[in-house]
Amino acid sequence: MTADPGETPAGTAGAGTADLTLDATVAAADVPPELTAQSLRQYLGASWLRIRSGNSGVLPVVLAIVIVAVVFEIITPEHAFLRPSNLVYIFGLSTVYMVLAIAETVVLLLAEVDLSVGAVALIGGVIAFKLVQQPGPNWPWWAAMLAALAICGAIGAFQGALTSLLRIPSFVVTLAGFLLFSGILVVILGGADSTVSLNTSDPNQNTIYDMVQGLISPVIGWIVLAVVVVAVGASQWLRVASRRRRGLVAPPLGLIATRIVILAIVGAAVVIVCSVNRGSSLKSVTGIPWVIPIVLVVLGAWTLVLQRTRYGRYIYAIGGNPEAARRAGVSLPRIRIVAFALCSATAALGGILLGSFFYGQYSTNTADPGQLVLYTVAAAVIGGVSLFGGRGKAIHGVLGGLLIGGIAYGVSLLSLGSLSTPLQYILPGGVLLAAVLIDVLSRRGGSPAGV
Amino acid sequence: MTEVNEAPEGASRGGDVAGAGAEPLLKLRGIDKHFGPVQALYGVNLDLPAGQVTGLCGDNGAGKSVLTRCIAGAHQPDHGQIYFEGKPVHVRSTRDASALGIETVYQDLALADNLDIVQNMFLGREQLRYGLLDEDSMELKAAETLSTLRVTTVRSIRQPVASLSGGQRQSVAVAKAVMWNSKLVLLDEPTAALGVVQTRSVLDLINRLRDHGLAVMVISHNLNDVFEVADRIAVLYLGRMVAEGPAADFDRQSVVEYMTTGTANGRPYESAAAANGKG
Ligand SMILES: Nc1ncnc2c1ncn2[C@@H]1O[C@H](COP(=O)(O)OP(=O)(O)O)[C@@H](O)[C@H]1O
Ligand SMILES: [Mg+2]
Repeated sequence: MTADPGETPAGTAGAGTADLTLDATVAAADVPPELTAQSLRQYLGASWLRIRSGNSGVLPVVLAIVIVAVVFEIITPEHAFLRPSNLVYIFGLSTVYMVLAIAETVVLLLAEVDLSVGAVALIGGVIAFKLVQQPGPNWPWWAAMLAALAICGAIGAFQGALTSLLRIPSFVVTLAGFLLFSGILVVILGGADSTVSLNTSDPNQNTIYDMVQGLISPVIGWIVLAVVVVAVGASQWLRVASRRRRGLVAPPLGLIATRIVILAIVGAAVVIVCSVNRGSSLKSVTGIPWVIPIVLVVLGAWTLVLQRTRYGRYIYAIGGNPEAARRAGVSLPRIRIVAFALCSATAALGGILLGSFFYGQYSTNTADPGQLVLYTVAAAVIGGVSLFGGRGKAIHGVLGGLLIGGIAYGVSLLSLGSLSTPLQYILPGGVLLAAVLIDVLSRRGGSPAGV
Repeated sequence: MTEVNEAPEGASRGGDVAGAGAEPLLKLRGIDKHFGPVQALYGVNLDLPAGQVTGLCGDNGAGKSVLTRCIAGAHQPDHGQIYFEGKPVHVRSTRDASALGIETVYQDLALADNLDIVQNMFLGREQLRYGLLDEDSMELKAAETLSTLRVTTVRSIRQPVASLSGGQRQSVAVAKAVMWNSKLVLLDEPTAALGVVQTRSVLDLINRLRDHGLAVMVISHNLNDVFEVADRIAVLYLGRMVAEGPAADFDRQSVVEYMTTGTANGRPYESAAAANGKG
């Protein structure tokens, strides 16, 4: 009989009682603190234990965002990094990476990778922009967007079918896809130096232009924030109450309250930053870019799908142990193909946002699919999504996207001349390497069962 | 749905073997299975009565796992017939097996490490409410099953399976198998990777399944474990069933001989009852 190193002799339970006390320190670090903590104090203690053992969730990326903000504020000329105008610009830029990183997260959760997201996103953006042109197809903006999402979804389904039915590694299929669609992108743009841009005097085209460039007045921003905070707070509260009523362990109310307060503070900070006049004294510019609520909707929708639906559960199961999922009757090819399709459709939305962010203009200069995919994968992994599948959430893509956007823009502020471009690659690369190291080390350390 | 079957009357340890008129829950007759040129099973017969634990022994490669998978619907036998509750059945998939009440705990467990205990126990059979996962109901039912089986020492049934010890993982895999009104549970090497204390707890769990009236088949290399829990013993040798009968017919010595040579004392197996009848 083999000796089990994870075993403690303390586990001699009374006769007839199955197993066994866990090795307290190892196991405690692997158990989410809200499961065992009965007070805020215990929660903090348990969280600290988890962080020390590498199971830290969103904390490292939040910490990294703070560090990046402080460092760039110190080293940028005139300490310009945290000026409201720059922050709003960073929000706009980051939302593109956020949406793409959420898309990539879905595929990473399956322990696959999609290297074509950048190219496919740009194709989606260009398709939508082309379809609203006037003279030209002159489609309504929503029809053009739906068409872009559908075409990109079909592209994703095709790549997903190649990887899951023929079992070609997704790395290879989507690398080929990246090259293929980067080429096709230039063709549909209309040649190497072509551009496609939105005419903002046409209300139809202006709707797409406004997705990033359009502003919501601060008053409405405050109202929306209040509604969101109350809704989230009420739903969490009801959930805790319902679990208590049914005799289930529920997180302490202090913890829920703390989370709501943090949400309110972060939301208020964003609204305040966006409310400061960032134009000139002659023409004031204030308001919240439309893209912020748009990204929140994407985040909410993907969080719902991944955490609360059967489909999402199967994505995690396949990422954790495909054989377990198969034996449970899950159709692996179906889940995988749909995931690649949804990833590419979500990426198409990111591509539309990118074009809107660049003042409604697409050119081969603004659209670099190589850099986009690097930043996307980096954002997801930096945000805390595991490259090995099964671990990560949509929120990780959002936080990683913000970090990457902050770094990318911060470097461009540094007026480093010829050093600026290399640093745009070197800094995110370094951060990505650090994130992957954390991922690998926490996987190695975080599994007492030795699997 | 989730309640483990109540023990029927007369489900007794080591009771008089299926022979006494009662129809076994599962009956295999003449099961053949080959993979290309490799014949894994030759005309295998086996009875698995309710309320009894059958220990399936055999050397490496004897065909124990293949036989398990044939019963579980993961393989289709080439020839032969499976009878369930006396009726001939075709088990074409693991879904078919589940529908009959046959559940399998595989050698490699196949739990998803990143999912928690509840999520693993309900994998593939999630309960929904308004189209969304009904986590609370699933958690209650999982907790109920675990406490019926007295698997009580996990910190929280919401902890990821990665944080469990080997014995706890095994307990979760067994609980997952018995949660669905199952009548027959097949366990492939449930104690292979476990230490002494954890093995003890899994054997206790197997005893409890018998007490609940389930038919259990346990594959094990460890004869101590087999003699500890089995009411009946069956021995596979190179794909043939060379001995099958009440545990009282065997001792360690004879089982080892059947496993390694297909015979004991140079003679093929003959049940003690049959032998007495003749003598
Ligand atoms: N899927 C398969 N394909 C080909 N041969 C197999 C397969 N599964 C099992 N076998 C063969 O069948 C025989 C019995 O295997 P198995 O049932 O796994 O043995 P064990 O009794 O150790 O569990 C072995 O010779 C094995 O190589
Ligand atoms: Mg085997």
